[in-house]
Amino acid sequence: MKQLVCISRTPETTANIALNGDGTDIQTDGLNYILNPYDEWYALVRALELKEAQGGTVTVINVGGAENDIVIRKALAIGADDAIRVDAQPSSAMAVAKMIADATKDGAYDIVYCGKESIDYNGSMTASMLAEYLGLPFVSYASHMDVSGNTATIKRDIEGGTETVEVPTPFVLSAAKGLAEQRIPNMRGIMMAKRKPINVVSPGEAKNNAVVSMYELPKGKGDIKMIDPDNMEELVRLLKEEAKVL
Amino acid sequence: MVLVYVEHKDGKFKKNILEAVTYGKKTADMLSTECAALVIGNADTSALGTYGADKVYTLNADGLGDFDSQSYSSAIANTASQIGAKVVLMSDTASAKTLLGRVAVKLDAACISAASSLPKVEGDSIVVTSGTFSGKAIAHYSLSGDTKVMSINGNTIKPEELGAAGATEAISVAVDAPGVKVIGQDTLSSERAPLPEAELVVSAGRGMKGPENWGIIEELADAIGATTACSRPVADTGWRPHHEHVGQTGVAIRPNLYFAIGISGAIQHLAGVNSSKVIVVINKDPEAPFFKAADYGVCADLFDVVPKLTAALKKG
Ligand SMILES: Cc1cc2nc3c(=O)[nH]c(=O)nc-3n(C[C@H](O)[C@H](O)[C@H](O)COP(=O)(O)OP(=O)(O)OC[C@H]3O[C@@H](n4cnc5c(N)ncnc54)[C@H](O)[C@@H]3O)c2cc1C
Ligand SMILES: Nc1ncnc2c1ncn2[C@@H]1O[C@H](COP(=O)(O)O)[C@@H](O)[C@H]1O
Repeated sequence: MKQLVCISRTPETTANIALNGDGTDIQTDGLNYILNPYDEWYALVRALELKEAQGGTVTVINVGGAENDIVIRKALAIGADDAIRVDAQPSSAMAVAKMIADATKDGAYDIVYCGKESIDYNGSMTASMLAEYLGLPFVSYASHMDVSGNTATIKRDIEGGTETVEVPTPFVLSAAKGLAEQRIPNMRGIMMAKRKPINVVSPGEAKNNAVVSMYELPKGKGDIKMIDPDNMEELVRLLKEEAKVL
Repeated sequence: MVLVYVEHKDGKFKKNILEAVTYGKKTADMLSTECAALVIGNADTSALGTYGADKVYTLNADGLGDFDSQSYSSAIANTASQIGAKVVLMSDTASAKTLLGRVAVKLDAACISAASSLPKVEGDSIVVTSGTFSGKAIAHYSLSGDTKVMSINGNTIKPEELGAAGATEAISVAVDAPGVKVIGQDTLSSERAPLPEAELVVSAGRGMKGPENWGIIEELADAIGATTACSRPVADTGWRPHHEHVGQTGVAIRPNLYFAIGISGAIQHLAGVNSSKVIVVINKDPEAPFFKAADYGVCADLFDVVPKLTAALKKG
């Protein structure tokens, strides 16, 4: 089985986001980056488990500059066999999806994984766009998957519950919590990753017509009102009359 | 034309769907055009006109029995093309996340998910906001090109009784074969609203000490008809079901009122809840970081104070 995992690089989860002077961009100085948790913890690990059980290969792909090689190496250290880096700055979900499709459409991958969302742009759009560019079935928010022969049985999160679907390979999925358990790379994996190839390819043509023109920071909360623990009637009154949320 | 794809459950529309219809009508007004709604399957469409649909298209076709990204996205994109819709909207639900990108690629459209403001029309472009960095910043997206596809966050606007015509017409368009087969569904039997659309949320963390103590949380939630949620370690240790986990790696929510009980307020937790309109924190540690992100705070032992709060709420 040939598997492909789309991985993105995101600021670490505790990062403080600050803006440049005119709010046209975020300040990237001093930001630490990680492999997007959904891609690392769930998508990549489930792909590796399947490879261990059924054979085949796991390739990771990223759209980004050479600064991304460090998170790509982490994916290789966790156990991916090789990597593709499409050498372009990711400007929008649409552009990323198009570039991944162009770089992999002849790859005959059986399962293509994305994360549920990237924790920076949180768009949750790339996977469904990629599925469309590749012309493949798509299962979003997969939280459990069994594969037998050419058929996968997948549990996916829907509004207010879960749904179980059957889908023939090849297909695209987006990985949610539950699909697998996080793996920590060991020393051997880290050493081996140094020798695994990162194939840098030029991007196919893509346009971006959803451009960020400005950022703002959410308005901070005003001063907190502390309530006497023995006077919960006062809290209820404030929620009704002042905050008007009850 | 603005086209709003309206999801329904057993023929009924939830509040977030009606919000999207009102959003569609307001967008159509800005663009001096009309707002149409698209219903797949059978539903009571009368509410759609009430909340702003000038026209309602209903579509029944082979392949649309169970939800599937390929068949549904082709139905929506082909309807948009047939009626000449330049803006396609849907509420930002789990299904929308499955469909949105496909519809956008089919229509070669600019696309943004989880829009959190009404659009501003600037020439041929539309500008909307959407949260980024897990709610730590808000981005203003400028969507250009001929066609725009967007999903709208719940609670972005209120559904308004705009009283549009709502005339219903059956439409017929080509629909692709579904790519996946649905073999079962397990919807929570809960009376409570699903977290992404809940207006009131009662959430608890490791301060609860163990799953056996959750009774006081359920009672508080029941007193106001709220949905229950929890922090990540609570879900990870199996004290509560996974779908209750809110935060950066769980469900992101934006209710009107969020009670955080025995939750420290780690940045990854805040990332998923800081868009709540009003936050009440109950924690015995005066230094708990959550107090900095709260509107109201109670510094006390939760086991004392939660039952008192429930009693006060019941008194009215
Ligand atoms: C990559 C990453 C992603 C993460 N994503 C998430 C996420 O999505 N959501 C999430 O929630 N966390 C997430 N976390 C974990 C997060 O960092 C915190 O560890 C977690 O939120 C803490 O949960 P908690 O507040 O329930 O527990 P604790 O931090 O243990 O806090 C318990 C609180 O309860 C209070 N307390 C104890 N007893 C009482 C009492 N009797 N009465 C009143 N108060 C009491 C304590 O004072 C304390 O403040 C993530 C972490 C990482 C590294
Ligand atoms: N630059 C990128 N390179 C490769 N994959 C990406 C990139 N950006 C996003 N993805 C994939 O798309 C998923 C969803 O991202 P998003 O649509 O931004 O929420 C991520 O979890 C990744 O699997």
